[in-house]
Amino acid sequence: MSGGVELDAVSADFGSFRAVDKVTVSIKPGEFFSFLGPSGCGKTTILRMVSGFVTPSEGVIRIGGQDVRDIRPNKRPTVLIFQNLALFPLMPVWENIAFGLEVRGVAKPARRAKAEELLQLVDLPGAGDKAISQLSGGQKQRVAIARALAIEPEVMLLDEPLSALDLKLRQHMRAELRAIQKRTNVTFVYITHDQGEALAMSDRVAVMSHGRLQQVATPQEIYNRPANGFVASFVGENNVFTGQIESNSGSSAIFKTSSGSFRASLGPGVTAATPAKLYVRPEQTRLVDAPLPDANNIPVTVADVAFEGNFVNIQVRNGQDRDLVVEARNDGTMAVPPPGSKMNMTFKPEHAIVLADETSAAESRAA
Amino acid sequence: MNELLRRYGAPLSGLFVLLTAFWLLVLVILPYVYLFENSFRPYLPMVDVGGPKDVYSFDNYLTFFQSPIHIHVFFWTILYSSFVTVLCFCIAYPLAYYLSKVAKSSVVPSLFLLLMIPLWVSEILRSFAWFIILSFKGPLNYGLLGLGIISEPIRWLSGFRSIIVGLVYTYVLFMLFPLYNAIQSLDTNQIEAAQDLGAPWWRTHWRVILPHAKPGIASGAVMVFMLSAGSILVPTLLASTNSRWFTEIIQQWMFESQDWNTGSAYAFLLLLLCTVFVSVVMRIFRVRLSDIAK
Repeated sequence: MSGGVELDAVSADFGSFRAVDKVTVSIKPGEFFSFLGPSGCGKTTILRMVSGFVTPSEGVIRIGGQDVRDIRPNKRPTVLIFQNLALFPLMPVWENIAFGLEVRGVAKPARRAKAEELLQLVDLPGAGDKAISQLSGGQKQRVAIARALAIEPEVMLLDEPLSALDLKLRQHMRAELRAIQKRTNVTFVYITHDQGEALAMSDRVAVMSHGRLQQVATPQEIYNRPANGFVASFVGENNVFTGQIESNSGSSAIFKTSSGSFRASLGPGVTAATPAKLYVRPEQTRLVDAPLPDANNIPVTVADVAFEGNFVNIQVRNGQDRDLVVEARNDGTMAVPPPGSKMNMTFKPEHAIVLADETSAAESRAA
Repeated sequence: MNELLRRYGAPLSGLFVLLTAFWLLVLVILPYVYLFENSFRPYLPMVDVGGPKDVYSFDNYLTFFQSPIHIHVFFWTILYSSFVTVLCFCIAYPLAYYLSKVAKSSVVPSLFLLLMIPLWVSEILRSFAWFIILSFKGPLNYGLLGLGIISEPIRWLSGFRSIIVGLVYTYVLFMLFPLYNAIQSLDTNQIEAAQDLGAPWWRTHWRVILPHAKPGIASGAVMVFMLSAGSILVPTLLASTNSRWFTEIIQQWMFESQDWNTGSAYAFLLLLLCTVFVSVVMRIFRVRLSDIAK
């Protein structure tokens, strides 16, 4: 059984500080949904409102279609996996996992059996009698997941549960979490500031900044068609040019910058009057000897080359001492230009996008 | 020690060590040794002290075991001290929980100040205050009568009631502070995790908060119990003729009978028997000494 979560114009105020500002989003049953944003963007507050530890100052939260306003945390069909996991150190592993069942009055033998079953599911068979302190970081993670799954929640809320793990384990647990989610079909609401995590695991991602939703879309859309400047610069790398729109016709425009005028596509809601910037992903740019026709070209000098293995990161500089990045795939035969070479950085108009700055409250309400 | 020498030099370090040694030896160890030695000697007229009758024996200790009244008083002292300890826990636990996990951190210092202010008044004055409050024509009876809760004034200062009130009032903070520290050190996420998994408030306390606070409970309980059993002021001021505290018997031996020898023996017996009692209780509740020291 999994339920969806709906947030309807939900806000949270702490004194005069507005942590979450009129967030409206609908999470489908069985979906792996991530809130992605820098620390302090309000994503944890959203999670705590859904789990019931924080009361929204306005708006309605529905879980499985039911308004949960007056339902206390211990009666909600959600379960929260805390950032520090919050396992009970004085109970052995199996009692931790079975705690939710103990609360529900399940008899001890049945609890024990269920705990063993869940230990199998999270790949920790036979660890039931261990103390929490005997477990490694990854094992604790699995116990926390098993403890959460034991109460058969409709919605599982995860508060950056992988942030304490080392890189290797983190990548492994990503796949694991994703697999557990698919197997159990529980709705996962995942909080992270790690864009790689959000993009790799989620069905959909909500990017947040300053308590407001910036974009809600699939990972591909977030990356390929960012809704505004904040999303473009927070998710992935970008070369950013400041300037203004010189002329526009439908979905494309000429954007005038100090490095020249470029042809680009227009982002959603951008008009000649909106303050906007031009964004180009490093992997969409190339270095060529002579300017290409039908493309935007900037004369640059190669400043630094970082060979990363599967790709090469080339720092270039144009006349105004602007640092730009060109990322080239290593096809095994490419020649790496030496620093100091005079070349042209080129990118196609369809790969450059003009985006407005981050969404204000008024716009996010309209969206 | 080397650190001390390096930091303050030999003369100052020497002074520190000397002062500490003086305090420990002259003010703590020597009086105890003196009393301990005396507790094995008979109470004799001055002329016989040091004479042939002045020999070591367990007679003073045996006096206790041969007087049923004293054993009786000792038993009630232990019982009521335990009761005071439990009462202190019942009062201090909700308060400690409130202070450490519920109250806003901005108001906690003021609340602590309010709790501490009574400590600034001397114990004697506080006990006298309770003497007045609890007296037959005192404010408590007056208030209760006025509110219509009782129809006849109650003789509070009779039996152990007043001693219990006085001891709880005097020592409840010794329970509060270790409890507060223990609960304070519990990660709030643990409490929320228990609630999130469906636990009602009482189960959260029973399974998560109380087990975590156990060392704090233990050290608070030991302190309150030992202080209560060893208290002389509160029983002297608030006891009645039908409620005697063991310390009063020690005091009688020493000051009324002038028999310091038997008095010392009784004092050491109190210490010894209380220690045994506390160890047994700790064993029952599976608390180790190292838990308390944490």
